[in-house]
Amino acid sequence: MTEFEPKIVAFVCNWCTYAGADLTGTSRIKYAQNVKIIRFPCTGRIDFMLLLKAFGEGADGIIVSGCHPNDCHYTSGNFHARRRWIMFRGLLDLLGIDVRRIQYSWVSAAEGAKWADVVNTTVTAIRELGPYTDYAKVANYLEKEANV
Amino acid sequence: MNELIQKAKSLLESDTVQVVIGYGKGSADKTRAIFLTKPEDCDQLLFDSRCVQNLAVYLTKHEIKHLGKPAIVAPIPVLRSILQLAVENQLKESDLVILGVSPESKLIEFDSFGAIELFLNAYKIQIDEKYKATIDKIKAMPVSERFAFWIKELEPCFKCYACRAACPLCYCPKCTVENNQPQWIPAASHLLGNLEWHVMRAMHLAGRCTDCEACYNACPMGIPIHLLTKSMLQDVEEHFGPYGPSVGKRNTLSSFNPDDKESFIR
Ligand code: SF4
Ligand code: SF4
Repeated sequence: MTEFEPKIVAFVCNWCTYAGADLTGTSRIKYAQNVKIIRFPCTGRIDFMLLLKAFGEGADGIIVSGCHPNDCHYTSGNFHARRRWIMFRGLLDLLGIDVRRIQYSWVSAAEGAKWADVVNTTVTAIRELGPYTDYAKVANYLEKEANV
Repeated sequence: MNELIQKAKSLLESDTVQVVIGYGKGSADKTRAIFLTKPEDCDQLLFDSRCVQNLAVYLTKHEIKHLGKPAIVAPIPVLRSILQLAVENQLKESDLVILGVSPESKLIEFDSFGAIELFLNAYKIQIDEKYKATIDKIKAMPVSERFAFWIKELEPCFKCYACRAACPLCYCPKCTVENNQPQWIPAASHLLGNLEWHVMRAMHLAGRCTDCEACYNACPMGIPIHLLTKSMLQDVEEHFGPYGPSVGKRNTLSSFNPDDKESFIR
């Protein structure tokens, strides 16, 4: 049996984490290839529905990352985002959506090495948790019924 | 009750307001919302323990605004909603006359939103112990079991959106669920779509919901969606301090504190 390769979607802000991830590349730091990076203008723009869509489309894990507090290009986007994440996380947890599969981080444009580490540790953690079958079953239940 | 009827009559007679929104007799032994435009109809007004519908929902509806300036019969849950709508700049003091009803069924008049807030300070939103226990019980389940529990609870939802229609704070002229470019939420009653709909509904009410339970009361399938909003109220209190609308204060999610604490961001 081949080893399970987690599918990870990363929602990152343009000004810090995206630039940080770029630095990881230009610094020739090798890291896990499981991540698909989606660039946003700001963490404040990362609608919580997008995270649900990622799980619905088969992601096993999600990374959400942006500028450190006080470093937001738009001054306060990440402060607003942080509040929303706190509330969102509580709601997902109540609903039994596995919050261990969502890693939040602050990665600045200078933290290429930290980005590699965030991705690597997330991949390891999701590999241990295994594929997100609970969510996939719900997302694809019509197909399953049609196939039997 | 007489007091209320007299007051409503005089408001309509003097043309201070053009419509009185109150409770009247419904089918069987139920009560319903009534909209009175003539002083002689005011005798239809009633108020008792059956009047649980949140009338504040009508204040932002086009059809009602069209009737002119309203006076509204407002027991405590309605007062909370009015204050929240005011905080969200959806109402001005000059927009309406508030016929407050105290828990002893006494008529109280308010001349400002500040006065409502002062009055409500004695009636803070409090989550019932029985609900707290239910929420704790759900939270104690292993994650897969919790997920299965909610998928089963939400399965009967057939997207009638009565919960949305009943909520005074769901006043957007176009809701995300109606958006089909992109289609955020499948219109059909689908397990995933139902889950997404309820996550969205709860999130859009996070830090705004005043726990009136109108959504739950409206749901024809008896889905315990109020547990979601109640749990979020608890989260607001835990992370950001006391909840409840307050004049001049912004909503939890429209504001921030640079020192907000969390434990999950690396
Ligand atoms: S309890 Fe329900 S109807 Fe009332 S404000 Fe909250 S979400 Fe809206
Ligand atoms: S009222 Fe009940 S059935 Fe209708 S959309 Fe809301 S939760 Fe679903």
